[in-house]
Amino acid sequence: MKSSGLRIYTIAYLIFLYAPILLLPLFAFNDSKVIAFPLSGFTTNWFVEMWADAQLRNALKNSLIVASSAAILATGLGIFAARATTRFSFPGKGPILGLVMLPLVLPEMIVAMALLIVLLAIGIPLSIFTIILGHVLICTPFAIAILSSAFQSLDQSLEEAAYDLGESPLSTFRLIILPLVMPGIISSLLISFTISLDEFIIAFFLGGSETTLSVYIFGQFRFPAKVPAIMALGTILVLLSISLLASAEFFRRRGLARSGTKNTGGFL
Amino acid sequence: MTAKPLLAPGAARASTMIEFRDVHKYYGDYHALRGITATIRAGEFFSLLGPSGCGKTTLLRTIAGFEGISSGVVLIDGKDVAAVPANKRPTNMVFQSYAIFPHLTVAENVGFGMRREGLAKEALASRVGEALEMVGLKGFGARAAHALSGGQRQRVALARALILKPKVLLLDEPLSALDKKMREQMQVELIRLQRQVGITFILVTHDQEEALVMSDRIAVMFEGEIAQLADPETLYRRPNSKKVADFIGTMNFLPATILSEAGGKIEVTAKGFGAVTLTADQAPGDAAGTGAMVGFRPETLTILFDGQTAVDRESMATIEEVVYYGDMTYYDVKLDGTETATRISMRNVFGRPVLDIGTRTRIAWSPGALVLFR
Repeated sequence: MKSSGLRIYTIAYLIFLYAPILLLPLFAFNDSKVIAFPLSGFTTNWFVEMWADAQLRNALKNSLIVASSAAILATGLGIFAARATTRFSFPGKGPILGLVMLPLVLPEMIVAMALLIVLLAIGIPLSIFTIILGHVLICTPFAIAILSSAFQSLDQSLEEAAYDLGESPLSTFRLIILPLVMPGIISSLLISFTISLDEFIIAFFLGGSETTLSVYIFGQFRFPAKVPAIMALGTILVLLSISLLASAEFFRRRGLARSGTKNTGGFL
Repeated sequence: MTAKPLLAPGAARASTMIEFRDVHKYYGDYHALRGITATIRAGEFFSLLGPSGCGKTTLLRTIAGFEGISSGVVLIDGKDVAAVPANKRPTNMVFQSYAIFPHLTVAENVGFGMRREGLAKEALASRVGEALEMVGLKGFGARAAHALSGGQRQRVALARALILKPKVLLLDEPLSALDKKMREQMQVELIRLQRQVGITFILVTHDQEEALVMSDRIAVMFEGEIAQLADPETLYRRPNSKKVADFIGTMNFLPATILSEAGGKIEVTAKGFGAVTLTADQAPGDAAGTGAMVGFRPETLTILFDGQTAVDRESMATIEEVVYYGDMTYYDVKLDGTETATRISMRNVFGRPVLDIGTRTRIAWSPGALVLFR
């Protein structure tokens, strides 16, 4: 039957997509250094071992700093860009927007190499700061895409109404526009944070002696003894990602409910 | 101490609230307003009427301050407002989309413009309450704005604008999103409100009936120009061009020949009517190059039934089409000697039959109801 064929395809597709991820918690709680079936017993030791690793804690701290900074900077830039492109028309708008959105499709390898060459040429030492710069570059297009749709759905007469009722352009922005695009801003922050958190190439190229979580994890795979602890870390990251995405969606839906607009689709 | 003299209603009406002096507006190469010169009196209900794209909304927005003008002068209450931004003008606007702030309650919406007045909480609440009561939304203050119906949003938008006691209230097609019944109800309420608050209302609409019902005076606009500015009755009875006549209500046209013109009298022969003498005030109209025409409204002709005689003049006609509306019947007839159909509207009277297609009938008419376009 046609529908049963499609059903098998769907199930196979989902298994292929998610089964590998399910292996992470499985081995994170498995009482064996070897990643292989059969499972030998339950333990939470790997989480303890993971947390005892000072290098890992440092990488985690770096990652959080990088991801938060990149999220805030990219969203800030995204607000300006989204406001400008949805509200005003100016010469060269199309090409400018195209260039701003280009990192979305540009191979990260190229971005990372180009940035590395430039930074070395002008003599900026590699550090967390340079990773942040790179991440802002790749997060900003996502932020603009999310924020543009938030700004786009704003009825322009709302602004005019506030202005007409005596508010200045600045207070209109604060009292009307900001609250109405806030769900978009929160979405943008969370998505940018997530993108930055798991980014590898730029963090690897531009980090110098500083490592982020992704770079640290990649490094640890050379030591088989470390792998179970990495599984534990991975488990935590999966949970963190799911909760970030869920809260982004929660804020988006709450925003919709508040403004009474139609749900036009989101991430979940 | 002497009491302030109360302004007599007549005095208030006579003073000018808004004046346009040769206002032009260009959008790039597009000439949106082409030399608008007009005055709007204090306390009147004024309408800007015209098809979409005629510049009526642009003109309204130049009063609000949302659009700058390319040349000319706009005066509000005697002051040139060229340098006054929208948030400092004594005007408030009701938007076509109502522009109710969706994240605020009804009371917060209505009180929005009062924030900077620094009123105490209770004083603000009572002002908001009064405003809501005025628009018939008493007790709606705590509701979420997005949960309101179209008509209720409209009222909130009105209360929000009127609470600030502006000199001029601007209404941008405020009723276009409502259904017919609601629209008629709101028309009456708007008239009542305007009389109650005495503020100058300027309404933009493309609906000629709405403009006729509501306005003290109407400016009919075509292609960035005011074609005619007059009270509803003059607009309807003495349109100054075929274009205005066509836009407002229905008007029949029949070809005419001007025989002579002297001493305020115009001798004309019109197809279907024969020779008529018209007064000079019956010829305000521009035919726009179609040759001389007499125009007349469907209700100025009457079908004569047995035993009735014409008060003035009489012609013969054949009924070609009958449209029954319940209270009215529209007859499309061919007056003898004419090629095109003429519409006659007759109020249906109990006991009188609706005539059939093909019936020969006498038609009563009066030269006074004709308008000459040339």
